[in-house]
Amino acid sequence: MNESSAMDLTLWQLLFAYVFIVILWVIVRVKRIPREKIIIISTLRMTVQLILVGYLLMVVFEQPHPIITLIIVLFMLGFAIYNVYKRASVTISLSIKKTIGLAMFLGIVISLIYFLFVVLQLDPWYDPQFFIPIGGMIIGNAMTGITLGVNQLLIGIKEQREKVEGALMLGATPKDASDSIINQAFDSAMLPTINSMVGMGIVFLPGMMTGQIIAGASPVSAVKYQIAIMLGVAGTVSITVVIFLHLAYKTFFNHRAQLKPFNE
Amino acid sequence: MFHIENVKVNGIIEIDHLSIEANKVTCIIGKSGSGKSTFLRLLNHLISPNEGNIYFKGKNLSEMDPVQLRRYITMVPQTPVIFDGTVRDNLQIGQKLSGQRVSTDEELDRCLHQLDLHKTLAAQAGELSGGEKQRLALARAMLLDAEVFLLDEPSSALDHTTASKVIHAFVDFIKATNKTLIMITHDLALAQELADTMIDMNRFSKSVVAGGVSK
Repeated sequence: MNESSAMDLTLWQLLFAYVFIVILWVIVRVKRIPREKIIIISTLRMTVQLILVGYLLMVVFEQPHPIITLIIVLFMLGFAIYNVYKRASVTISLSIKKTIGLAMFLGIVISLIYFLFVVLQLDPWYDPQFFIPIGGMIIGNAMTGITLGVNQLLIGIKEQREKVEGALMLGATPKDASDSIINQAFDSAMLPTINSMVGMGIVFLPGMMTGQIIAGASPVSAVKYQIAIMLGVAGTVSITVVIFLHLAYKTFFNHRAQLKPFNE
Repeated sequence: MFHIENVKVNGIIEIDHLSIEANKVTCIIGKSGSGKSTFLRLLNHLISPNEGNIYFKGKNLSEMDPVQLRRYITMVPQTPVIFDGTVRDNLQIGQKLSGQRVSTDEELDRCLHQLDLHKTLAAQAGELSGGEKQRLALARAMLLDAEVFLLDEPSSALDHTTASKVIHAFVDFIKATNKTLIMITHDLALAQELADTMIDMNRFSKSVVAGGVSK
């Protein structure tokens, strides 16, 4: 199998795939589950967004430019940060929002620089054909982990206020008083990545690898990329979550080492 | 030891002037909602007053290192805080958090027996009853090198006989080690029996002039 064997779907073939959505739509309609509208909207959104991205990437790939590549990756990063805010299970304060933004920016930028320059060694370094999809995958996967870490930290502080204050009463520093909550948040941020590494190749074939194989790449080459990506994701989630947790716990205390009222 | 000057907390407490002596047992009484727990939280520096100053040994509480301060002035809340792990873990955590030497099993056992808590150190703390948890929290405080002990209704989950036994044991410990105890209690008879000084928090409502009531 070689690169030229990549099979292009015809418009008709693609349209046949929409039959799945038609079936789904008919089922919810018959069952009177009030989700017809959201099914149509999400299908349309996905279609339009992907078509636009496809054309955008085609233009960017034809005229590679470092600034354009960076703008696209920064846009993805900004959108990921916004998504973490939106997916927080409790209301988050401005200082937590700033911390999330800073941690994600630092964690993702550090990991991406290392990944692109040391692991992939791209030439040119901004080669959009690699930079953008790989950046997107790392950002997207990191976003999921970070959201879990943020949620666990906020829920932990909310539900374990008495324990944190109890530790303060015993003479603990704010850091020591929040240690167990910080550790729980780190675990819940990392667990999905660790679980998916354990199941990878046996339980499921990851999307990127599947895509490369369908596009005609050798499975061994696809596997190498996938391993590198998984390691990159694990590294990014851990760096970002560590930065976030070590900045975020401080926002729950004032300079007198007193636990602030919730949501202050 | 403590001097409280013109302290106001969000309309809950208003104290013009109040002093609490060192090496004494001070009992705080008052109706529910009169601000007794808030008062102890102020002394432990878990909250700061909206106005006024609290001095500990002549130093303004707000200018002291809060973490070090809480190692001198420790507090046991009304609902005991139990950490994950065994009875031993829960007894030693206070010493670990405040950077003290950790007691041996023998010392821990002795402390538990003093408070009439007959549990093995390996027992899971989360499985203890409410009253047992309360005694475990008191035992944990006794193991600390603190000078001042702030107890918020330390016997609320205990039956009358056990409560009396436990509080007497704690007061004996305070007297023997020459420390200071400030304790909230609903048991007026016990307060009158054990307290060197009593503070009626009802007097610190906005309309009433503040002051300690000596026994």
